[in-house]
Amino acid sequence: MSSNKKYWKSVEELKDSSIVETLKQNEFVQEIPTDEFLGDKDTLEASSTTRRDFLKYVGFSTAAASLAACEGPVVKSIPYVVQPDRIVPGVANYYATTIANGFDFASVLVKTREGRPIKIENNTLAATNGSANARVNASVLDLYDSLRVQGPMKGGNAISWSDFDSETTQALNSLKDSGKQIVLLTQTYASPSTSKLVSEFTEKYGNVNHVVYDAISESAALDAYQAMYGERGLANYDFSKAMTIVSVGADFLGDWQGGGFDSGYSNGRIPTNGKMSRHIQFESNMSLAGANADKRVPLTPTQQKLALAQLHSLIVGGSVNANDLPAKIKDAVQKTASELIKAGSNGVLVTGIQDVNAQTVVLEINTKLGSKAFDPKTPIKTRQGNNKAVQTLIADMKAGKVGAVIMSGVNPMYTLPNASDFAEGLKNTTLSVAFTSKEDETASVVQYIAAAPHYLESWGDVELKKGHFALMQPTIRPLFDTRQFQEVLLKWNENDVSLNDYIKSTWKQSILNGGSFNQALHDGVFVNNTASVNVTSEEVEQVEAPASNAARTLAASATSKGLELTLYSKVGMGDGQQANNPWLQEFPDPISRTSWDNYLTVSKADATAWNIVNENDSTGALNGSYVTLKLGETTLKNVPVIIQPGQAKGSVGLAFGYGRTSGLKDEMKTGVNAFTLYKDFNTTQNISIEPAGGMHEFACVQLQNTLMGRGDIIKETTLEIFNTYDSQDRKNGWNRIPMVSLNHVETPVTSPEVDLWDEFDRSIGHHFNLSIDLNACTGCGACVIACHAENNVPVVGKEEIRRSRDMHWLRIDRYYSSEETFAEDDSKKEGFSGLFGDNGSLGGFGELEDPADNPQVAFQPVMCQHCNHAPCETVCPVAATAHGRQGQNHMAYNRCVGTRYCANNCPYKVRRFNWFRYNGNDEFDYHMNNDLGRMVINPDVTVRSRGVMEKCSMCIQKTQKTILDAKRDGRVIKDGEFQTACSAACSNGAMVFGDINDKESKVAKLLEDDRMYHLLEYVGTKPNVQYHTKVRNTSEA
Amino acid sequence: MKQVIHRKLSSNYLRLSLIFLLTFSTSLFAQEGDPVVGKSLFNANCIACHKLDKKMTGPALRKVESRLADAEGLDREWLYQWIKNSIGLVKSGDAYANKIYNEYNGAAMTSFPTLTNEDIDNILAYTNSEPTAAPPVAPGTVATSSTSSEGGISNKIILGALGLLFALLAGALFLVNKTLTNFAEAKGVVLAESPKRTPIWKAFIQNQFLVFVTVIGLMLASGYFVYGYFMQVGINQGYEPVQPIHYSHRIHAGDNGIDCKFCHSSSRVSKNAGIPSLNVCMNCHKSIYEVAPETQAEGLAEYGVDYNLEIKKLYDAVGWDDAEQKYTGKTSPVKWIQIHKLPDFAYFNHSQHVIVGGVECQTCHGPVEDMEIVSQHSPLTMGWCINCHRETDVKVKDNAYYTKIHEQLYKKYGKENFTAAQMGGLECGKCHY
Repeated sequence: MSSNKKYWKSVEELKDSSIVETLKQNEFVQEIPTDEFLGDKDTLEASSTTRRDFLKYVGFSTAAASLAACEGPVVKSIPYVVQPDRIVPGVANYYATTIANGFDFASVLVKTREGRPIKIENNTLAATNGSANARVNASVLDLYDSLRVQGPMKGGNAISWSDFDSETTQALNSLKDSGKQIVLLTQTYASPSTSKLVSEFTEKYGNVNHVVYDAISESAALDAYQAMYGERGLANYDFSKAMTIVSVGADFLGDWQGGGFDSGYSNGRIPTNGKMSRHIQFESNMSLAGANADKRVPLTPTQQKLALAQLHSLIVGGSVNANDLPAKIKDAVQKTASELIKAGSNGVLVTGIQDVNAQTVVLEINTKLGSKAFDPKTPIKTRQGNNKAVQTLIADMKAGKVGAVIMSGVNPMYTLPNASDFAEGLKNTTLSVAFTSKEDETASVVQYIAAAPHYLESWGDVELKKGHFALMQPTIRPLFDTRQFQEVLLKWNENDVSLNDYIKSTWKQSILNGGSFNQALHDGVFVNNTASVNVTSEEVEQVEAPASNAARTLAASATSKGLELTLYSKVGMGDGQQANNPWLQEFPDPISRTSWDNYLTVSKADATAWNIVNENDSTGALNGSYVTLKLGETTLKNVPVIIQPGQAKGSVGLAFGYGRTSGLKDEMKTGVNAFTLYKDFNTTQNISIEPAGGMHEFACVQLQNTLMGRGDIIKETTLEIFNTYDSQDRKNGWNRIPMVSLNHVETPVTSPEVDLWDEFDRSIGHHFNLSIDLNACTGCGACVIACHAENNVPVVGKEEIRRSRDMHWLRIDRYYSSEETFAEDDSKKEGFSGLFGDNGSLGGFGELEDPADNPQVAFQPVMCQHCNHAPCETVCPVAATAHGRQGQNHMAYNRCVGTRYCANNCPYKVRRFNWFRYNGNDEFDYHMNNDLGRMVINPDVTVRSRGVMEKCSMCIQKTQKTILDAKRDGRVIKDGEFQTACSAACSNGAMVFGDINDKESKVAKLLEDDRMYHLLEYVGTKPNVQYHTKVRNTSEA
Repeated sequence: MKQVIHRKLSSNYLRLSLIFLLTFSTSLFAQEGDPVVGKSLFNANCIACHKLDKKMTGPALRKVESRLADAEGLDREWLYQWIKNSIGLVKSGDAYANKIYNEYNGAAMTSFPTLTNEDIDNILAYTNSEPTAAPPVAPGTVATSSTSSEGGISNKIILGALGLLFALLAGALFLVNKTLTNFAEAKGVVLAESPKRTPIWKAFIQNQFLVFVTVIGLMLASGYFVYGYFMQVGINQGYEPVQPIHYSHRIHAGDNGIDCKFCHSSSRVSKNAGIPSLNVCMNCHKSIYEVAPETQAEGLAEYGVDYNLEIKKLYDAVGWDDAEQKYTGKTSPVKWIQIHKLPDFAYFNHSQHVIVGGVECQTCHGPVEDMEIVSQHSPLTMGWCINCHRETDVKVKDNAYYTKIHEQLYKKYGKENFTAAQMGGLECGKCHY
């Protein structure tokens, strides 16, 4: 069944397959550019170097080089004078800490080697607190950012902290009685001790106004929650408890309301006992949640409001006029409502519409349903920004009512749409301080830059959810002369205790309830539902109240005035504070597979109407038209366009986080700033669009490493078929083992008789397998960054990515397929006769999939498959790649001579060639080109040099370490001890790693699962990576 | 419970010492002890913290009694009290006791309630002895070194004399020969002339076969040497760099028999054996501020090294003020020169070999305990690694990790022992990743 479906990776693949054909034939698209120096005949002839001279030079230099190599360099080895107790050179230490940068909040485990943090891992003790996403995984590299502010500054000159203290304290004291406000404009800290510090600060200086500002605001949801439950927070959702999940414009697998919902979601997506959750998504942009949905309805933001209002009236009651909705959508809404009603307490509804009424409607519906997944009792605390307060602040600043603005963790000059108003307001203040780790946009307009440390150098505490506390502890001494905002608050409060003592006493007083602080610090988390931190003078919040009949008001507000823009955040960039992180810049967006850019996503139909094109040049690199966006007075010029299958007609999308201008390297200044269009903190805007000249060059890996037309690399089925038929059923089997003909008898490809090779005994010792469940994988990409960090994968830059020279060892392929049901695909395919003509398969496939429609999406993480019969191994002329009996395909870099034959012979296209030396090379000025950035390198993995092939090693350094530890302790290895970087990073349970010779292990059981298949099984490579067939719950309940 | 017992014990001690006090109280004063017995007592009890002529953890003790009597007016009775129960004396508010207690930063002297007054008298007698022990050694060292150097000179003279003798003999023979020839000529004896022969090199050139064979031989020989030369490029066997501090493994690991892993402790748990940090050196060298005179002499004579100066270098590096017996905080890390270098692309884990494999350090590093300066003993080539993996049986006994694997292997191959190679120790990815 599954093999009948046709998959495509990009629009171009359908439209014009000639490029794709070329690419299929060409593993390495670009030839070695000999033309550059050999092509020009004149220069060649003018050159005074004859061939004989050239040979002489070569001879001499070779001789000189080999003579020079005879003497080994003298290497100094310098031990500690006094070795710290806990540090043993060569042994990693782990510390539990918490990231809380205002956008990402997660409990993490930090791996340090010789005192250097080198990797972020999930803190498994903190299951409730979300897990590390791609950005959090990459955050360790921010610590070693060469552009960090190295000390406090005043007007561009370095000053000392004592000067800073005395000058600012003086300024604050003089403001004390002036009647002007002292404003603390901060990120969401959600920190009990920081709140306490701020209230003490308020007590001391009087007229203090603490404004919490989230760059990407969730204020509407906060207001709605506050109006209903009387507390500022966000309702918590546990999607593992829901069987019917409906989302209206909420990318809850992305950054919606702080993110971290994906592991619960994935939990319910794995079909167990014939059941899995059903997910219906109404949205305009193709989001991660939409890509994972069983049913996706593309509709504009205005229609979303109407649909939500109608859902409300159908479920809760009331009469909302939703006649403006197209019949098809209306029908979908009605079906969804009945499904939700049927699901009752098993259903849940979420929305991402930034409207207090919409958010109220959702709370009402979930309450009405009695949803088990909906948990308003432990609200999420990690978003506390208040739109109204921020707007008031800017007005007050302009009116001259504000004496001092002290900012921490925010970058309003970049993230505010009216940044110029803010800058103007700043001029009216007598004191302006920005706590920042970069000389960012805001730092350039303030008087004082207070150099702030990275979170891995800081103390802190966070209340992630009500009653769920987490501690932040330093894992390295501050690299620079930095101070935390909280430390300076202590100074300003004339409190001499150190910050960690302060936090300790706060915790002892109000949180720990007699528990041990050291234990909490060790665990990183502490749960106490009765804890309360005494914070005095909590100001009355300016809250936008929902209307009395929220649904009707919502429907009434749904009026569209032209093209609708939905602003969103990418999993790879978030709100843009990590824009100088090369790992994140090079991280391909899960949906568009484009790195190093943001872009306007446009539907195919709209693109044709506006004459916007996307085309691939001969190397497969993607180019796209530019447009100019207009919103009132604001224009955003030269926005590149990507035609996005699944984008709702009449809507466009643009990602935040790009278009930064200061505090980052030139290479990282990519994309356009979407915050300029973020008027009134509303993610949907009515804009107009104008074509602009020229074509933009994208670094899109979409068409790269094509699979030679072997589309059936992915297998999927529906829940109905999955439950009805046996996987090997001759007609309807949904996961049949491919058959080959042996002596004219159909034989399964897995049987030893059809094998070219002799199987080699792997039953003794370990035999590693990695299992990837396509149902649980949401495509979030945490594994990609984790792999980067663990394996010293270099960053190659936009130009190289365009040349198909990306180095990711692990890629997440994204496939589109069109028809809602398999039957439609099938019936059309059955009807093909011949190649050409109306029913010809050549044109027919093109018609079959209309990208303008609403495609189904599937994600498939692909890394080296570690084939037991590896095609790469047989062709290597120098035996640089060889097989280990533990199931890993080894790659000896020092042996490799770079013929690239292995990559050409790999059916999975997972081998990567080092075209250049990417470390210590000015042409690749990323983290590996400076001493600070190189501190993140994992000392257990070789840094590859130019001219060698590399690929996923199945984290052999980790498996070997696990084995060695067990040998040294003289014990048997338990299941779960073996991990790869990707499987450890995957909190969704999509990746499971282990030893299949341990019959009790999870992965051994997964190998026997019905859904298990190997990629391109019929090639007979016998991979050690298993995949589990994707099952879609398409049956309408 | 324990505390009660302890209290009982200490009260017993007190009682005992009281009895002793009472019994010997008459003979307490003006007792002159035996310095020989005193020396052995001193070495048994005091030497960990005191030296006669040098301040260590505690003050220098030579002539402590007379010093105290002169400077502080304290008698031997005070010393008895102090030695037997110093803390008690401090607590009692004794002025000098408190002074000295504070001078040593509140580090109380260990109480010796078991020492009798007689013992203390003996010890004091030893401390009162004149510093006679040291001088005889010093001349001795000088003497030995001077004799050895004299020996060197005299050898040369003898050789020179012999050489001269031979030259004279040769000259004499030549003269005799010349004279005899002259005589013969004078007497008219005709000396037979040797027949003219083709010079050997001409004969050689004329023999083409011989030339051919020689050329082949030469080519083979030069090929052999060139090959040998290239194969040793990058192999630093015998590499013996001069280290910033002349650290003698011979003395530490050899003479003193300190276990390798005592200092290179991370070799048990880590991939790095680790060069010990300087605080590890100071665990011993805080009290060992100079080497024994014989060792010093040997160092000067055989290796030209003043070991005591090398210890001073350690003190400078770690920031130890030997006179004041405290750390100054000024450190300068020692920049050792790495001897054993593996390339970055080869993974080697010490703990795997040392703990799991139970391989002796000397297997790879050679007889370090005999090396004055460590040199690279093994070639550290891949062939060398592989060879050992092929020959060495894995230690599977009493290791739960191997139980199942060994059982399966035994079933399959029917033998008891398996080499590392048979267990997959030759796979590329085991060492290269």
